[in-house]
Amino acid sequence: MHTSTPTTRTASAWVKTGIGLVLTALMLFPLYWMVNVSLTQRDAIRSGGLFPKAFTLDHYQVVLQDQLPYLGTSLVIGIGTVALTLLVSAPAGYAMSSLFVPGRRVLNFCLIVAQMVPGVVMALGFYTVYTDLGILDTIPGLIVADSTIAIPFGVMLFSAFMAGIPRDLLHAAAIDGASHWKTFTQVVLPISRNSAVTVSLFAFLWAWSDFIFASTLNREGGSLRPITMGLYDYIGSQNQEWGPLMATAVVASIPTAILLVVAQRYVAAGVTAGAVKD
Amino acid sequence: MRTVTRNPAVSTLERRTAPETVPASAPPPRRRHHLSRWAGVAFVAPLVTYLVVFYAYPLAENVSMSLHRFTRATYVTGEAPFAGTDIYREVLTAPQFWPIMQQTAIFVVGSLVFQYVIGLALATYFHRHFPLSVLLRGLFLVPWLLPIIVSATTWQWMMDADSGIVNQFLGAFGIDPVWWLSADNSLWAVMIANIWLGIPFNLVILYSGLQNISAELYEAAALDGAGPWRRFWSITFPLLRPVSAITLLLGFVYTLKVVDIIWIMTAGAGSSQTLATWAYGMAFGKGTSAVIEYSQASVVGTILLLVALLMGLVYLAVQRKEEA
Repeated sequence: MHTSTPTTRTASAWVKTGIGLVLTALMLFPLYWMVNVSLTQRDAIRSGGLFPKAFTLDHYQVVLQDQLPYLGTSLVIGIGTVALTLLVSAPAGYAMSSLFVPGRRVLNFCLIVAQMVPGVVMALGFYTVYTDLGILDTIPGLIVADSTIAIPFGVMLFSAFMAGIPRDLLHAAAIDGASHWKTFTQVVLPISRNSAVTVSLFAFLWAWSDFIFASTLNREGGSLRPITMGLYDYIGSQNQEWGPLMATAVVASIPTAILLVVAQRYVAAGVTAGAVKD
Repeated sequence: MRTVTRNPAVSTLERRTAPETVPASAPPPRRRHHLSRWAGVAFVAPLVTYLVVFYAYPLAENVSMSLHRFTRATYVTGEAPFAGTDIYREVLTAPQFWPIMQQTAIFVVGSLVFQYVIGLALATYFHRHFPLSVLLRGLFLVPWLLPIIVSATTWQWMMDADSGIVNQFLGAFGIDPVWWLSADNSLWAVMIANIWLGIPFNLVILYSGLQNISAELYEAAALDGAGPWRRFWSITFPLLRPVSAITLLLGFVYTLKVVDIIWIMTAGAGSSQTLATWAYGMAFGKGTSAVIEYSQASVVGTILLLVALLMGLVYLAVQRKEEA
């Protein structure tokens, strides 16, 4: 390959792109299939055409009628989870990275284990606790449960980033007489904006995607249940209607798509942040 | 975690790429010294409170439930009799316990092997930059970020015995339709879907690992006449070992705890039942007439909890070994 001329090298690069395209298409085929089925008329779905020849938007109309309340609930739960996650994890990240915290190693270990505890174990415990507290089937209850996925992650991401903030900056603030709180809110937080966006993004997506907590802690919540439960109702019904089912699946994927397009920059920034900081 | 499995992925990446935590080397002005001992505690207090109330308390309830005999009746009155280790004995000697352990092992090991091999192959492929490589690599992440219930539903329809696309495709090669979601085959069906779900995670972490390997090593090896295959086995694979260890460890944790992909596709029917779906089904299974076995579910939950604890220790050990 080292002796190849520029032309053959470009040609081989485009062959690689071609293979890359095929691999990506294979990987994303299930998603294409979901969209395809959602756009196919009811009686043509079973014949399994590769393109929605019998095109229709009827399934989406059904979804808009049935699923709007669930979408709203999911949005509220997602935003609530983001708020709670930031509130708890940003100050903790600052403490873990820049302040003296007794038992920091133990806390660090707890955060690692917390990310490994199976959701079903948490759900079992929460179910009992929530029954006692009387907050089963409520939105705040679900927000708290959903945030358990994001908070350990948030603390670790924030503290990894904040550890890279130049110490001089923090000391300068301290010499100027700034309190720890002031240093945190006026120096540390503004610099950590990208990390905050990354944490928020994942907290929102996990809350939006949650099935285990929604299906255990919020089973009887009626329309105050998230979209994953709206989808689950369709799956559970006797005569599975694949058209509306797939249309709901497409609608439930929209936030992922939007965030991936709009905020990809932030994700990349957050992921590489630790490495870039000196 | 996803869920996929999947939450500590980025945090690991962060931790791996982040510089060593710098302890505040120059002490802050003396008059504030006493204050800053408490500042750290104050800033970390919300987290500690949160962990105690919303992690430790539910987990303790879970363990307590596994030691008391809860039924639908005693659950309401809250007067479940203490049962000691009786329920543990019942669960461990239940006829379905060992088959489920075996299925869980096949599911976890099978998923891990394929996710890792395919993820590594793709990471190596995308590492050789070519036009559109960044965009295509980005697209590979989509399945990772989608709600698992969406992916699971789609796979369920694709694996439909009569009109699923998978059987149509196989039929084109003259292969008889496979009853993917039937009791005997369901383990393979959920494993295929789970492998698909886990590929992006493996791709991301292994790709970041590849980026830390110096290009000069490859150039030197190429000059010495080492072919691509030789370069992979002599440079890439050994130098990637720490990253591989973390990837497989986290993959193990996610695969062990996954419920939604299996529950949506098969409701844990037949061979697709794992420890996690077993616990879920016993406590929250569909239908009000079904016998609710909270205590038995908590026993399985406690077993899973112990495994998580063990894996946390292994994770720390791996990390420490890397830093040494």
